Amino acid sequence: MSYSNTDGIMIGLEIHVQLNRLKTKMFCGCSTQYHSSPPNTHVCPVCLGLPGALPVINQKAVESAMKVGLALNCEIVEQTQFHRKNYYYPDLPKGYQVSQFDYPIVSNGKVAIEGEDGELVIRIRRAHMEEDPGKLIHMGSIDKSKGTLIDYNRSGMALLEIVTEPDIRSPKEARRFLDKLRNILEYLDVFDSDLEGAMRVDANISLQGGDRTEIKNISSHKGAERALLYEIMRQKNLLRRGEIVTMETRHFDEARGVTTSMRSKEEEHDYRYFPEPDLVPLRVKDRTEKLLQELPELPDAKKERLISQYSISDMHAKALVSNLKIANFYEEVASEVNPKVAATWIADVLKGELNYRDLTIDACKVEDIVQLVTMIMENKITDRSAVEVIRTLLDSGGNCMEIVEKKGLVKVEDNVVEQAVDDVLGENKNAINDYLNGKEQSLNFLVGQVMKKTRGRADPMIVRDIIANRIK
Amino acid sequence: MITEEDVERISWLARIEIDSSKSKEYAEQLNSILDYFQQLEELDTSDIEPTYHVDDLVNVLRSDDIKPSFTQEEALENCENKKDGYFKVPGIM
Repeated sequence: MSYSNTDGIMIGLEIHVQLNRLKTKMFCGCSTQYHSSPPNTHVCPVCLGLPGALPVINQKAVESAMKVGLALNCEIVEQTQFHRKNYYYPDLPKGYQVSQFDYPIVSNGKVAIEGEDGELVIRIRRAHMEEDPGKLIHMGSIDKSKGTLIDYNRSGMALLEIVTEPDIRSPKEARRFLDKLRNILEYLDVFDSDLEGAMRVDANISLQGGDRTEIKNISSHKGAERALLYEIMRQKNLLRRGEIVTMETRHFDEARGVTTSMRSKEEEHDYRYFPEPDLVPLRVKDRTEKLLQELPELPDAKKERLISQYSISDMHAKALVSNLKIANFYEEVASEVNPKVAATWIADVLKGELNYRDLTIDACKVEDIVQLVTMIMENKITDRSAVEVIRTLLDSGGNCMEIVEKKGLVKVEDNVVEQAVDDVLGENKNAINDYLNGKEQSLNFLVGQVMKKTRGRADPMIVRDIIANRIK
Repeated sequence: MITEEDVERISWLARIEIDSSKSKEYAEQLNSILDYFQQLEELDTSDIEPTYHVDDLVNVLRSDDIKPSFTQEEALENCENKKDGYFKVPGIM
């Protein structure tokens, strides 16, 4: 199958990643653990922009940025420095944001994703370090604002802005890229995606025959897909009517699922970048070897290893590595029981049940799943009962053995099934006749009766075979 | 060449209100300053590395260790307009 991209869609993404695994901010020693703290309690002269305060670069932030670059197959720059990006908005106490301009710390990388028609390589143009602005809270409605409140706890948090080339050809590919990127960043342990504002996305999009627009304010991967779908439809409609798509910045309204015009190109800011005189240049390329050695096994490599080490399917391996904690959980389980059966139960069943409940794998204990898989392997419980055990574990806690005993899920012996079939066939002559006269559903009814007598502990497929054999 | 429109745009970017009757005068002043600096263009700098910093230092870094922050009272001490622990500014959007 090949993807023709008849509309000539070109999408490029800019992703702001907060390096929130660091202990301190980008240029000062304020703690990054502000997420549940009162406003303006994680601030100091540097991140409040007080006169005379001097920023000093967090070494670990630089190394984290380089690690991300290496994981995205980028080149590390020989020499770089920070610039001041000037604009006046009260989320920036200094009147400028310290960012990078002509020499980003890393550039020219690439990431392979599963595209519309097989593997697609997305080129990474650059990734640069900068500081996060503070958080604004508007009082009253937007048009009748009574004032704006500012919390500078976020101000000065280390950000990495990752910019792709416009190699993405559909909203679905954009989402897959974002998922892959988040996955890699989690493996690198540079950020926690669960924290508010950990990853923010801007998207540039153009269609054949039109100019490019930039969509701001996208806060989730699903939001990115929706915003792009809407924007493609809007641009297509304009082009079909012979109108022009103008270069502009648009705002994504998450609640309504639409993009609205924010400002045209003429109103764009002129940021008047100039080198930050308070910070000296960085020459850190010589740390590359050391950082390469520190890089953990990344998702693609882990997937290949799981496939060869445990002989599991590509599909299962992919599902497992898409979440590092689940992959680690799987390996612990697989060290004690049949790895293929474990993969089926963790990737196909457990992961789905966790997602459905919005839970992480932390809600589950390795020993419970080991016991469960063992019982399935020893044919002590049916697949149906095993699913029930997982659901009960997640909903009410407890441990695997307890649940099996308490709910009476131990599979009944074959002679008990035979006995139940005898009883049911003796009690339901009409249903047997109906079935023999061609009424297929009657068989389901009979199976149901046997399941009832065995309180669901018989294997329905086997019961079905036994009954069908007995009355044909 | 700085035009009157440039002056107005720059003042908007810098959020400095200027009297538009003075735009012409400011444009002339800015142009004369730029003309003066134009003399630097006479130097041939084609073989010279750009100076990003006047010091010869590189890699001034600190370790990722937490230092005490201000208390909320200290942070807001010099601020006239505040509310519930926040800095307060006129409505912006």
